[in-house]
Amino acid sequence: MSEILQPQSPGIPLPVPTIYSQPYWDGCQVGELRFQRCQDCGAITMDPAPACSACFSENLEWEVSTGLGEVYSWTTVWRPQTPAFTVPYVAVIVTLDEGFWLLANLINCPVDAVHVGMRVQTTFVELSEEITLPYFEPAN
Amino acid sequence: MAKHPFHDVAIVGIANSEQARVLEGHDSTTITFQAVHKVLADTGLSPWDIDGVAAGPFSGPLTYYMRNGPSWRHYMAPSIPTILDAASAIATGQCHTVLVAHGSAGVYTERASTAPWTRPAHEFVVAYGMFTAAEFALIAQRHMHMHGTTPEQLATVAATIRNNGHAHPEAVYHGRGPFTPDDILASRMVSDPFHLLDCAMTSEGACALILTTRERAQDLPNTPVYILGGACDSFGPSYQHPPAWDLAGPSGRNNGYTGRWAAQKSFAMGELGPTDVDVCEFYDPFSFEIIRQFEAYGFCEEGEGGEFIMDGRIGPGGQYPVTTDGGTMSFSHGGAAVQQLQRVIRGVEQLRGTCVTSQVPDAQVAMCSNGGAGALFTDVMLLGTETP
Repeated sequence: MSEILQPQSPGIPLPVPTIYSQPYWDGCQVGELRFQRCQDCGAITMDPAPACSACFSENLEWEVSTGLGEVYSWTTVWRPQTPAFTVPYVAVIVTLDEGFWLLANLINCPVDAVHVGMRVQTTFVELSEEITLPYFEPAN
Repeated sequence: MAKHPFHDVAIVGIANSEQARVLEGHDSTTITFQAVHKVLADTGLSPWDIDGVAAGPFSGPLTYYMRNGPSWRHYMAPSIPTILDAASAIATGQCHTVLVAHGSAGVYTERASTAPWTRPAHEFVVAYGMFTAAEFALIAQRHMHMHGTTPEQLATVAATIRNNGHAHPEAVYHGRGPFTPDDILASRMVSDPFHLLDCAMTSEGACALILTTRERAQDLPNTPVYILGGACDSFGPSYQHPPAWDLAGPSGRNNGYTGRWAAQKSFAMGELGPTDVDVCEFYDPFSFEIIRQFEAYGFCEEGEGGEFIMDGRIGPGGQYPVTTDGGTMSFSHGGAAVQQLQRVIRGVEQLRGTCVTSQVPDAQVAMCSNGGAGALFTDVMLLGTETP
Protein backbone atom coordinates (compact mmCIF):
# COMPACT_ATOMS: atom_id res chain seq x y z
CA MET A 1 0.00 0.00 0.00
CA SER A 2 1.56 3.18 -1.18
CA GLU A 3 1.75 6.23 1.05
CA ILE A 4 -1.06 8.80 0.58
CA LEU A 5 0.23 12.29 -0.18
CA GLN A 6 -0.73 14.92 2.41
CA PRO A 7 -0.78 18.72 2.33
CA GLN A 8 2.12 20.47 4.04
CA SER A 9 1.71 21.71 7.60
CA PRO A 10 1.81 25.36 8.71
CA GLY A 11 5.38 26.60 8.97
CA ILE A 12 6.33 26.31 5.32
CA PRO A 13 7.27 29.56 3.55
CA LEU A 14 4.10 31.22 2.26
CA PRO A 15 3.34 33.45 -0.71
CA VAL A 16 3.53 37.23 -0.42
CA PRO A 17 0.82 38.57 -2.77
CA THR A 18 1.40 41.54 -5.04
CA ILE A 19 -1.03 44.28 -6.01
CA TYR A 20 -2.01 42.43 -9.18
CA SER A 21 -2.08 38.90 -7.72
CA GLN A 22 -4.10 39.72 -4.58
CA PRO A 23 -7.47 38.80 -6.21
CA TYR A 24 -6.05 35.33 -6.96
CA TRP A 25 -5.20 34.76 -3.29
CA ASP A 26 -8.52 36.32 -2.17
CA GLY A 27 -10.22 33.73 -4.41
CA CYS A 28 -8.37 30.86 -2.78
CA GLN A 29 -9.73 31.96 0.60
CA VAL A 30 -13.29 31.50 -0.65
CA GLY A 31 -12.54 28.26 -2.52
CA GLU A 32 -12.27 29.79 -6.00
CA LEU A 33 -9.39 29.27 -8.42
CA ARG A 34 -9.37 32.61 -10.23
CA PHE A 35 -7.63 33.50 -13.47
CA GLN A 36 -7.43 36.58 -15.67
CA ARG A 37 -9.05 36.78 -19.10
CA CYS A 38 -8.27 39.53 -21.59
CA GLN A 39 -11.35 41.53 -22.54
CA ASP A 40 -9.72 42.56 -25.83
CA CYS A 41 -8.46 39.24 -27.27
CA GLY A 42 -10.05 36.62 -24.99
CA ALA A 43 -6.76 34.94 -24.00
CA ILE A 44 -6.11 33.72 -20.47
CA THR A 45 -3.12 35.02 -18.52
CA MET A 46 -1.61 32.88 -15.74
CA ASP A 47 0.35 33.34 -13.49
CA PRO A 48 -1.43 36.64 -12.66
CA ALA A 49 0.15 39.58 -14.46
CA PRO A 50 -0.40 43.30 -15.10
CA ALA A 51 -0.97 42.67 -18.84
CA CYS A 52 -2.30 39.99 -21.19
CA SER A 53 0.32 37.41 -22.15
CA ALA A 54 -1.11 37.14 -25.67
CA CYS A 55 -1.69 40.79 -26.72
CA PHE A 56 -0.22 42.80 -23.80
CA SER A 57 -3.54 44.60 -23.20
CA GLU A 58 -4.16 45.80 -19.64
CA ASN A 59 -7.88 45.12 -20.05
CA LEU A 60 -7.99 41.98 -17.88
CA GLU A 61 -10.91 40.67 -15.83
CA TRP A 62 -10.98 37.85 -13.27
CA GLU A 63 -12.96 34.65 -13.87
CA VAL A 64 -13.35 31.48 -11.81
CA SER A 65 -11.94 28.18 -13.09
CA THR A 66 -13.79 24.87 -12.85
CA GLY A 67 -10.62 23.69 -11.08
CA LEU A 68 -10.57 20.59 -13.28
CA GLY A 69 -7.59 19.63 -15.38
CA GLU A 70 -4.96 17.04 -16.13
CA VAL A 71 -1.37 16.52 -15.09
CA TYR A 72 1.03 17.94 -17.71
CA SER A 73 4.23 17.01 -15.86
CA TRP A 74 5.17 15.87 -12.37
CA THR A 75 8.02 15.06 -10.01
CA THR A 76 8.07 13.27 -6.68
CA VAL A 77 10.44 15.07 -4.33
CA TRP A 78 12.36 13.03 -1.75
CA ARG A 79 14.89 15.66 -0.64
CA PRO A 80 12.96 18.61 0.85
CA GLN A 81 13.68 22.18 -0.22
CA THR A 82 13.95 23.10 3.46
CA PRO A 83 13.27 21.08 6.63
CA ALA A 84 9.89 22.84 6.84
CA PHE A 85 8.63 20.51 4.10
CA THR A 86 7.59 16.90 4.71
CA VAL A 87 8.65 14.37 2.05
CA PRO A 88 7.62 12.83 -0.17
CA TYR A 89 5.66 15.54 -1.92
CA VAL A 90 4.66 15.69 -5.55
CA ALA A 91 4.95 18.86 -7.64
CA VAL A 92 2.71 18.95 -10.70
CA ILE A 93 2.09 21.30 -13.57
CA VAL A 94 -1.60 20.95 -14.36
CA THR A 95 -3.27 22.04 -17.59
CA LEU A 96 -6.63 23.36 -16.40
CA ASP A 97 -9.60 22.64 -18.68
CA GLU A 98 -9.74 26.37 -19.51
CA GLY A 99 -6.25 25.99 -21.02
CA PHE A 100 -3.83 27.53 -18.54
CA TRP A 101 -1.06 25.93 -16.48
CA LEU A 102 -0.80 25.99 -12.70
CA LEU A 103 2.05 24.60 -10.62
CA ALA A 104 1.04 23.11 -7.25
CA ASN A 105 1.37 19.98 -5.14
CA LEU A 106 -0.74 16.84 -5.56
CA ILE A 107 -2.42 15.39 -2.43
CA ASN A 108 -4.99 12.77 -1.38
CA CYS A 109 -3.35 10.38 -3.82
CA PRO A 110 -1.00 7.38 -3.51
CA VAL A 111 2.56 8.60 -4.07
CA ASP A 112 3.18 6.20 -6.97
CA ALA A 113 -0.13 6.88 -8.78
CA VAL A 114 0.76 10.20 -10.42
CA HIS A 115 1.18 10.18 -14.19
CA VAL A 116 0.94 12.55 -17.14
CA GLY A 117 -2.68 12.88 -18.21
CA MET A 118 -4.10 12.07 -14.76
CA ARG A 119 -7.42 13.91 -14.15
CA VAL A 120 -7.25 16.21 -11.14
CA GLN A 121 -9.27 18.91 -9.38
CA THR A 122 -8.35 21.77 -7.09
CA THR A 123 -8.73 21.55 -3.33
CA PHE A 124 -7.87 24.30 -0.89
CA VAL A 125 -5.89 24.15 2.36
CA GLU A 126 -5.72 27.06 4.81
CA LEU A 127 -2.15 27.61 6.00
CA SER A 128 -2.46 31.01 7.68
CA GLU A 129 -4.98 33.77 8.22
CA GLU A 130 -3.89 35.40 4.97
CA ILE A 131 -3.00 32.42 2.78
CA THR A 132 -5.09 29.50 1.62
CA LEU A 133 -3.18 27.36 -0.88
CA PRO A 134 -4.62 25.60 -3.90
CA TYR A 135 -3.58 21.96 -4.18
CA PHE A 136 -4.63 19.30 -6.67
CA GLU A 137 -6.19 15.91 -5.89
CA PRO A 138 -7.47 13.11 -8.11
CA ALA A 139 -10.75 14.16 -9.77
CA ASN A 140 -13.93 12.58 -8.44
CA MET B 1 32.42 40.33 -46.99
CA ALA B 2 31.46 42.00 -43.72
CA LYS B 3 33.95 41.56 -40.93
CA HIS B 4 32.90 39.16 -38.16
CA PRO B 5 31.65 41.23 -35.17
CA PHE B 6 34.27 39.66 -32.91
CA HIS B 7 37.09 39.65 -35.48
CA ASP B 8 39.20 41.90 -33.27
CA VAL B 9 38.53 40.23 -29.90
CA ALA B 10 40.37 37.36 -28.23
CA ILE B 11 40.18 35.42 -24.98
CA VAL B 12 43.72 35.50 -23.66
CA GLY B 13 43.49 34.49 -20.01
CA ILE B 14 41.69 31.86 -17.96
CA ALA B 15 41.96 30.68 -14.37
CA ASN B 16 40.17 28.61 -11.79
CA SER B 17 40.83 29.15 -8.09
CA GLU B 18 40.93 26.11 -5.87
CA GLN B 19 37.52 24.46 -5.76
CA ALA B 20 36.08 22.48 -2.85
CA ARG B 21 32.84 21.51 -1.17
CA VAL B 22 33.78 24.10 1.47
CA LEU B 23 36.77 26.46 1.25
CA GLU B 24 37.72 27.03 4.86
CA GLY B 25 38.97 30.55 5.55
CA HIS B 26 37.53 32.04 2.37
CA ASP B 27 34.61 34.25 1.53
CA SER B 28 33.42 35.24 -1.93
CA THR B 29 35.79 38.22 -2.04
CA THR B 30 38.98 36.41 -1.07
CA ILE B 31 38.39 33.46 -3.38
CA THR B 32 37.62 35.82 -6.26
CA PHE B 33 40.92 37.61 -5.59
CA GLN B 34 42.69 34.24 -5.85
CA ALA B 35 41.20 33.70 -9.32
CA VAL B 36 42.04 37.27 -10.36
CA HIS B 37 45.68 36.87 -9.33
CA LYS B 38 45.88 33.58 -11.21
CA VAL B 39 44.39 34.99 -14.41
CA LEU B 40 46.74 37.98 -14.32
CA ALA B 41 49.63 35.53 -13.91
CA ASP B 42 48.26 33.46 -16.81
CA THR B 43 48.47 36.49 -19.09
CA GLY B 44 51.38 38.45 -17.64
CA LEU B 45 49.11 41.48 -17.39
CA SER B 46 48.94 43.88 -14.44
CA PRO B 47 45.72 45.28 -12.91
CA TRP B 48 46.46 48.57 -14.68
CA ASP B 49 46.31 46.90 -18.09
CA ILE B 50 42.64 46.18 -17.36
CA ASP B 51 40.15 48.87 -18.41
CA GLY B 52 36.95 46.87 -18.08
CA VAL B 53 35.63 44.73 -15.21
CA ALA B 54 32.71 42.29 -15.41
CA ALA B 55 32.38 40.72 -11.99
CA GLY B 56 28.69 41.15 -11.22
CA PRO B 57 28.01 43.25 -8.12
CA PHE B 58 31.72 42.86 -7.35
CA SER B 59 32.73 44.92 -10.41
CA GLY B 60 32.74 48.16 -8.46
CA PRO B 61 34.73 46.88 -5.48
CA LEU B 62 37.24 45.12 -7.74
CA THR B 63 37.87 48.30 -9.72
CA TYR B 64 38.31 50.20 -6.45
CA TYR B 65 40.71 47.60 -4.99
CA MET B 66 42.74 47.36 -8.22
CA ARG B 67 42.75 51.15 -8.77
CA ASN B 68 42.26 50.46 -12.48
CA GLY B 69 39.69 53.23 -12.97
CA PRO B 70 38.38 54.80 -15.07
CA SER B 71 36.99 51.42 -16.07
CA TRP B 72 34.12 49.96 -18.12
CA ARG B 73 31.95 47.84 -15.85
CA HIS B 74 29.21 45.23 -15.99
CA TYR B 75 26.94 44.37 -13.06
CA MET B 76 25.19 41.11 -14.05
CA ALA B 77 26.52 37.97 -12.32
CA PRO B 78 28.92 36.91 -15.06
CA SER B 79 28.18 34.06 -17.44
CA ILE B 80 28.07 33.68 -21.23
CA PRO B 81 25.98 36.84 -21.84
CA THR B 82 28.57 38.80 -19.85
CA ILE B 83 31.43 37.49 -21.98
CA LEU B 84 29.49 38.44 -25.10
CA ASP B 85 28.88 41.92 -23.66
CA ALA B 86 32.56 42.25 -22.79
CA ALA B 87 33.52 41.20 -26.32
CA SER B 88 31.05 43.72 -27.71
CA ALA B 89 32.48 46.46 -25.50
CA ILE B 90 35.96 45.71 -26.85
CA ALA B 91 34.72 45.44 -30.45
CA THR B 92 33.03 48.84 -30.18
CA GLY B 93 36.02 50.50 -28.57
CA GLN B 94 34.50 51.14 -25.14
CA CYS B 95 37.50 49.43 -23.59
CA HIS B 96 40.38 47.22 -24.71
CA THR B 97 40.96 44.64 -21.97
CA VAL B 98 38.21 43.17 -19.78
CA LEU B 99 38.60 41.11 -16.63
CA VAL B 100 35.65 38.75 -16.06
CA ALA B 101 35.65 37.27 -12.56
CA HIS B 102 33.28 35.62 -10.15
CA GLY B 103 33.53 33.68 -6.93
CA SER B 104 31.39 32.24 -4.19
CA ALA B 105 32.27 30.93 -0.74
CA GLY B 106 30.50 30.93 2.59
CA VAL B 107 27.13 31.52 0.94
CA TYR B 108 25.61 28.06 1.43
CA THR B 109 25.58 27.39 5.16
CA GLU B 110 22.14 25.93 5.96
CA ARG B 111 22.90 22.42 4.80
CA ALA B 112 19.54 20.95 5.83
CA SER B 113 18.04 23.05 3.03
CA THR B 114 18.93 23.12 -0.64
CA ALA B 115 21.38 25.86 -1.66
CA PRO B 116 19.91 29.38 -1.54
CA TRP B 117 20.44 30.00 -5.27
CA THR B 118 18.23 26.97 -6.08
CA ARG B 119 15.10 28.32 -4.41
CA PRO B 120 14.30 32.00 -4.94
CA ALA B 121 11.13 32.91 -3.05
CA HIS B 122 8.25 33.64 -5.40
CA GLU B 123 4.58 33.58 -4.57
CA PHE B 124 3.62 30.93 -7.14
CA VAL B 125 6.29 28.38 -6.23
CA VAL B 126 7.44 29.13 -2.68
CA ALA B 127 4.83 27.05 -0.85
CA TYR B 128 5.20 24.00 -3.08
CA GLY B 129 8.74 23.04 -2.06
CA MET B 130 10.27 23.88 -5.41
CA PHE B 131 14.01 24.07 -6.03
CA THR B 132 16.25 23.54 -9.03
CA ALA B 133 16.11 19.73 -9.15
CA ALA B 134 12.30 19.72 -9.08
CA GLU B 135 12.10 22.45 -11.71
CA PHE B 136 14.34 20.55 -14.12
CA ALA B 137 12.59 17.26 -13.27
CA LEU B 138 9.31 18.71 -14.59
CA ILE B 139 11.07 19.32 -17.93
CA ALA B 140 12.66 15.85 -18.02
CA GLN B 141 9.45 14.03 -17.12
CA ARG B 142 7.61 15.74 -19.95
CA HIS B 143 10.29 14.68 -22.44
CA MET B 144 10.26 11.12 -21.10
CA HIS B 145 6.46 11.07 -21.53
CA MET B 146 6.62 12.42 -25.09
CA HIS B 147 9.58 10.43 -26.37
CA GLY B 148 10.18 7.48 -24.09
CA THR B 149 13.55 8.76 -22.90
CA THR B 150 14.77 6.38 -20.17
CA PRO B 151 16.41 6.69 -16.74
CA GLU B 152 19.26 4.55 -18.12
CA GLN B 153 19.94 7.14 -20.82
CA LEU B 154 19.98 9.91 -18.20
CA ALA B 155 22.34 7.79 -16.08
CA THR B 156 24.66 7.28 -19.05
CA VAL B 157 25.08 11.05 -19.31
CA ALA B 158 25.75 11.40 -15.59
CA ALA B 159 28.27 8.53 -15.55
CA THR B 160 30.12 9.99 -18.55
CA ILE B 161 30.46 13.45 -17.03
CA ARG B 162 31.27 12.17 -13.54
CA ASN B 163 34.02 9.99 -15.00
CA ASN B 164 35.53 13.08 -16.63
CA GLY B 165 35.63 14.69 -13.19
CA HIS B 166 36.91 11.50 -11.57
CA ALA B 167 39.97 11.76 -13.82
CA HIS B 168 40.52 15.52 -13.40
CA PRO B 169 43.00 16.29 -10.60
CA GLU B 170 41.45 19.71 -9.84
CA ALA B 171 37.84 18.49 -9.75
CA VAL B 172 36.07 18.60 -6.40
CA TYR B 173 35.06 14.95 -6.93
CA HIS B 174 38.41 13.82 -8.34
CA GLY B 175 38.88 10.13 -7.67
CA ARG B 176 35.29 9.51 -6.61
CA GLY B 177 34.65 7.07 -9.48
CA PRO B 178 34.69 5.49 -11.89
CA PHE B 179 30.92 5.34 -12.28
CA THR B 180 28.67 3.07 -14.31
CA PRO B 181 25.10 4.00 -15.24
CA ASP B 182 23.98 1.44 -12.63
CA ASP B 183 25.86 3.40 -9.95
CA ILE B 184 23.88 6.51 -10.91
CA LEU B 185 20.58 4.61 -10.79
CA ALA B 186 21.49 3.12 -7.40
CA SER B 187 21.93 6.53 -5.77
CA ARG B 188 19.01 7.86 -3.75
CA MET B 189 16.15 9.62 -5.48
CA VAL B 190 16.12 13.41 -5.12
CA SER B 191 13.34 14.50 -7.47
CA ASP B 192 12.01 11.86 -9.84
CA PRO B 193 13.57 11.08 -12.40
CA PHE B 194 16.75 12.54 -10.92
CA HIS B 195 18.80 10.44 -8.55
CA LEU B 196 21.43 12.20 -6.45
CA LEU B 197 24.13 11.46 -9.02
CA ASP B 198 22.00 12.87 -11.88
CA CYS B 199 22.27 16.27 -10.18
CA ALA B 200 24.84 19.03 -9.92
CA MET B 201 26.78 19.25 -6.69
CA THR B 202 27.20 22.32 -4.50
CA SER B 203 30.68 23.65 -3.88
CA GLU B 204 32.74 26.82 -3.53
CA GLY B 205 35.23 28.43 -5.83
CA ALA B 206 36.03 31.23 -8.24
CA CYS B 207 37.24 31.70 -11.77
CA ALA B 208 38.27 34.46 -14.13
CA LEU B 209 38.90 35.25 -17.78
CA ILE B 210 40.57 38.09 -19.64
CA LEU B 211 39.50 39.31 -23.06
CA THR B 212 41.43 41.82 -25.10
CA THR B 213 41.93 43.02 -28.66
CA ARG B 214 43.34 40.70 -31.30
CA GLU B 215 46.23 43.10 -31.71
CA ARG B 216 47.16 43.08 -28.01
CA ALA B 217 46.71 39.30 -27.91
CA GLN B 218 49.70 38.88 -30.26
CA ASP B 219 52.03 40.17 -27.51
CA LEU B 220 50.68 37.84 -24.83
CA PRO B 221 51.97 34.36 -24.00
CA ASN B 222 48.89 32.20 -24.60
CA THR B 223 47.36 30.93 -27.80
CA PRO B 224 44.44 33.32 -28.35
CA VAL B 225 40.98 31.81 -28.50
CA TYR B 226 38.33 33.54 -30.58
CA ILE B 227 34.58 33.93 -30.24
CA LEU B 228 33.07 32.49 -33.42
CA GLY B 229 29.48 33.00 -32.32
CA GLY B 230 27.23 33.53 -29.35
CA ALA B 231 23.64 34.31 -28.43
CA CYS B 232 21.15 33.91 -25.61
CA ASP B 233 17.58 32.56 -25.33
CA SER B 234 15.37 33.50 -22.37
CA PHE B 235 11.73 32.65 -21.71
CA GLY B 236 11.44 34.43 -18.36
CA PRO B 237 12.83 34.47 -14.84
CA SER B 238 14.18 31.25 -13.38
CA TYR B 239 12.17 29.32 -10.80
CA GLN B 240 9.15 31.60 -10.52
CA HIS B 241 6.64 30.23 -13.01
CA PRO B 242 5.75 26.67 -14.11
CA PRO B 243 8.71 25.33 -16.14
CA ALA B 244 6.54 23.98 -18.94
CA TRP B 245 8.21 22.34 -21.94
CA ASP B 246 5.62 23.98 -24.23
CA LEU B 247 5.82 27.51 -22.81
CA ALA B 248 5.76 29.74 -25.88
CA GLY B 249 4.43 33.00 -27.23
CA PRO B 250 3.08 33.78 -30.70
CA SER B 251 6.45 32.79 -32.20
CA GLY B 252 5.69 29.17 -31.33
CA ARG B 253 9.30 28.76 -30.18
CA ASN B 254 9.09 26.72 -27.00
CA ASN B 255 10.97 26.72 -23.74
CA GLY B 256 11.65 22.99 -24.11
CA TYR B 257 14.12 23.85 -26.83
CA THR B 258 15.49 27.02 -25.28
CA GLY B 259 18.96 27.53 -26.72
CA ARG B 260 17.94 26.34 -30.20
CA TRP B 261 17.60 29.86 -31.56
CA ALA B 262 20.73 31.05 -29.78
CA ALA B 263 22.58 28.10 -31.33
CA GLN B 264 21.23 28.88 -34.79
CA LYS B 265 22.38 32.50 -34.48
CA SER B 266 25.76 31.37 -33.15
CA PHE B 267 26.30 28.88 -35.96
CA ALA B 268 25.24 31.48 -38.53
CA MET B 269 27.66 34.04 -37.05
CA GLY B 270 30.52 31.59 -37.34
CA GLU B 271 29.35 30.01 -40.63
CA LEU B 272 29.40 26.66 -38.85
CA GLY B 273 27.10 23.76 -38.08
CA PRO B 274 26.91 21.04 -35.42
CA THR B 275 29.25 18.71 -37.33
CA ASP B 276 32.01 21.33 -37.07
CA VAL B 277 32.01 21.10 -33.26
CA ASP B 278 34.93 19.13 -31.81
CA VAL B 279 34.03 19.38 -28.13
CA CYS B 280 30.72 20.10 -26.37
CA GLU B 281 31.32 21.97 -23.12
CA PHE B 282 27.60 21.86 -22.33
CA TYR B 283 26.15 23.01 -19.04
CA ASP B 284 25.15 19.98 -16.97
CA PRO B 285 22.92 20.99 -14.05
CA PHE B 286 21.07 17.68 -14.47
CA SER B 287 21.76 14.66 -16.66
CA PHE B 288 18.72 15.13 -18.89
CA GLU B 289 19.89 18.62 -19.91
CA ILE B 290 22.66 17.15 -22.09
CA ILE B 291 20.11 15.05 -24.01
CA ARG B 292 17.90 18.11 -24.44
CA GLN B 293 20.75 20.26 -25.72
CA PHE B 294 21.79 17.80 -28.43
CA GLU B 295 18.21 18.00 -29.73
CA ALA B 296 17.89 21.77 -29.25
CA TYR B 297 21.13 22.62 -31.06
CA GLY B 298 20.40 20.39 -34.05
CA PHE B 299 22.93 17.59 -33.41
CA CYS B 300 20.01 15.13 -33.64
CA GLU B 301 16.27 15.14 -34.25
CA GLU B 302 13.67 15.99 -31.60
CA GLY B 303 13.04 13.02 -29.35
CA GLU B 304 16.21 11.21 -30.42
CA GLY B 305 18.57 12.69 -27.84
CA GLY B 306 18.27 9.73 -25.50
CA GLU B 307 19.51 7.32 -28.17
CA PHE B 308 22.03 9.85 -29.52
CA ILE B 309 24.09 10.01 -26.33
CA MET B 310 24.50 6.23 -26.05
CA ASP B 311 27.29 3.95 -27.29
CA GLY B 312 30.16 6.21 -26.29
CA ARG B 313 29.28 9.11 -28.56
CA ILE B 314 29.66 11.72 -25.78
CA GLY B 315 32.53 10.08 -23.89
CA PRO B 316 36.31 10.40 -24.31
CA GLY B 317 37.23 9.59 -27.92
CA GLY B 318 33.60 9.83 -29.00
CA GLN B 319 32.17 11.97 -31.77
CA TYR B 320 31.00 14.71 -29.37
CA PRO B 321 32.80 14.59 -26.02
CA VAL B 322 30.78 16.51 -23.42
CA THR B 323 31.67 18.53 -20.34
CA THR B 324 35.20 17.24 -20.23
CA ASP B 325 36.27 18.58 -16.82
CA GLY B 326 33.36 16.95 -14.98
CA GLY B 327 31.14 20.02 -15.05
CA THR B 328 28.77 20.93 -12.27
CA MET B 329 28.35 17.27 -11.35
CA SER B 330 31.99 16.64 -10.54
CA PHE B 331 34.34 19.57 -11.29
CA SER B 332 32.60 22.32 -9.31
CA HIS B 333 29.37 24.27 -8.85
CA GLY B 334 30.33 27.37 -6.95
CA GLY B 335 26.98 29.09 -6.83
CA ALA B 336 24.72 31.05 -9.12
CA ALA B 337 27.22 31.80 -11.88
CA VAL B 338 30.84 30.65 -11.27
CA GLN B 339 30.22 27.27 -12.86
CA GLN B 340 28.62 28.88 -15.91
CA LEU B 341 31.84 30.76 -16.64
CA GLN B 342 33.75 27.52 -16.11
CA ARG B 343 32.11 26.01 -19.21
CA VAL B 344 33.83 28.72 -21.25
CA ILE B 345 37.12 28.32 -19.38
CA ARG B 346 37.12 24.61 -20.19
CA GLY B 347 36.34 25.36 -23.83
CA VAL B 348 39.38 27.67 -23.94
CA GLU B 349 41.57 25.00 -22.31
CA GLN B 350 40.47 22.47 -24.93
CA LEU B 351 41.33 24.85 -27.78
CA ARG B 352 44.67 25.79 -26.23
CA GLY B 353 45.33 22.05 -26.01
CA THR B 354 46.37 22.33 -22.36
CA CYS B 355 43.84 20.02 -20.67
CA VAL B 356 45.63 17.68 -18.28
CA THR B 357 42.83 15.13 -18.69
CA SER B 358 40.22 14.45 -21.36
CA GLN B 359 41.99 16.63 -23.95
CA VAL B 360 40.24 16.28 -27.31
CA PRO B 361 43.07 15.91 -29.86
CA ASP B 362 43.42 18.90 -32.17
CA ALA B 363 40.19 20.53 -30.97
CA GLN B 364 39.48 23.59 -33.10
CA VAL B 365 35.84 24.41 -32.33
CA ALA B 366 34.26 24.23 -28.88
CA MET B 367 30.58 24.79 -28.12
CA CYS B 368 29.87 26.10 -24.62
CA SER B 369 26.50 26.60 -22.97
CA ASN B 370 24.81 27.85 -19.80
CA GLY B 371 21.38 27.46 -18.25
CA GLY B 372 18.67 24.96 -19.12
CA ALA B 373 14.97 24.58 -19.77
CA GLY B 374 14.14 24.18 -16.07
CA ALA B 375 15.51 27.70 -15.61
CA LEU B 376 13.82 29.10 -18.74
CA PHE B 377 17.06 30.15 -20.46
CA THR B 378 20.03 28.82 -22.38
CA ASP B 379 23.07 30.76 -23.56
CA VAL B 380 25.43 29.48 -26.23
CA MET B 381 28.97 30.35 -27.33
CA LEU B 382 31.17 28.93 -30.07
CA LEU B 383 34.91 29.26 -29.56
CA GLY B 384 37.65 28.62 -32.10
CA THR B 385 41.37 28.68 -32.68
CA GLU B 386 41.10 30.58 -35.97
CA THR B 387 40.41 34.33 -36.22
CA PRO B 388 36.79 34.67 -37.34
